[in-house]
Amino acid sequence: MNCIIVDDETAARAIVNQLCSKTEDLNVVDEFDNAIDAIKFLNQQDVDVIFLDIHMPGFSGVDFVQTLKNSPKIVLTTSDTKFAIEAYEYESIVDYLVKPIKMERFEKSILKVKNALAKKDVEEKFNDSGADLEEDLYINIDRRLIKLKFKEILCIEAKGDYIDIITEGKKYHVHTTLKKIKEKLPEKIFLQIHRSHIINFTKIIDIEDNSVLIEKNVIPISRSSRPELMRRLNLLK
Amino acid sequence: MDKPNLDYIKELSGDDTEFEQQFINILKTEFPEEVKTYKKAITEVNFYDAAQIVHKIKHKFNILSMTNAYALAVVFEEELNAENVHRDSEFLEVLKIVETYLKSI
Repeated sequence: MNCIIVDDETAARAIVNQLCSKTEDLNVVDEFDNAIDAIKFLNQQDVDVIFLDIHMPGFSGVDFVQTLKNSPKIVLTTSDTKFAIEAYEYESIVDYLVKPIKMERFEKSILKVKNALAKKDVEEKFNDSGADLEEDLYINIDRRLIKLKFKEILCIEAKGDYIDIITEGKKYHVHTTLKKIKEKLPEKIFLQIHRSHIINFTKIIDIEDNSVLIEKNVIPISRSSRPELMRRLNLLK
Repeated sequence: MDKPNLDYIKELSGDDTEFEQQFINILKTEFPEEVKTYKKAITEVNFYDAAQIVHKIKHKFNILSMTNAYALAVVFEEELNAENVHRDSEFLEVLKIVETYLKSI
């Protein structure tokens, strides 16, 4: 993790720097004695976490937090515990450390940051999936182009030179191959679980032995596809 | 009043004597300047600046494991914000203790 330290006191920055140097996977990219310079830096470079003194003359830590857009995770360093309640109004603030900061407490804080970053990753994956779900696909049936939203598709089955696209309440018989439609589908949502079947795995109701239940459709899982399906499901936990 | 010590710095330094020395140098450089700033603010009856510098100084008390001095500074900072300087002489005594200590290390 890359971090910066923002504190108007040299001694306080030196302490946080020392604590960071004792922590595995934590790299101090830079340090600043005022919030304005830190904002300028953050406009040029991303970091994972900011150790921020809340009490600084002029532009305070709270002003700083309010100014940041797409803020990295923030750990406040303060001697004023009364600011703690206010601090938790901001989503980016994951913890506050009361000076003088002890190593054991610092380690706990780093754990909180790591958990918060992991949570953010998962949320971003879900959001990406959400964006894909809103996209659509046009299918050609009897010279008519019919729009289907990805989120409406439950599963797709190969039927010789045709495929059946099964949506909530409808089935479309389309002259194409499973391979061709697979190329059009977002991988984050769709997965081929059998040589004849692609599923929208956000629609899974349950998995039993070698089959998946989506609405009323029981779809077989091939032995070779099962590990990938399980891996994807683990990602959603 | 409690006596300053380097317990916290030594705990933080571990075997890193270079950090320990660098940190002591920071204290030796910054503290006298902060004392000057405090005295100037009091002379000029500038309560805001006085409170700001007391806020900074109180961290040094913390670092030097001076619990009582820290408690005094917390109260004094608030009083200065309310334009009350009656703890000035008490605070100056603590500053003197720290200055003497920093010269001895």
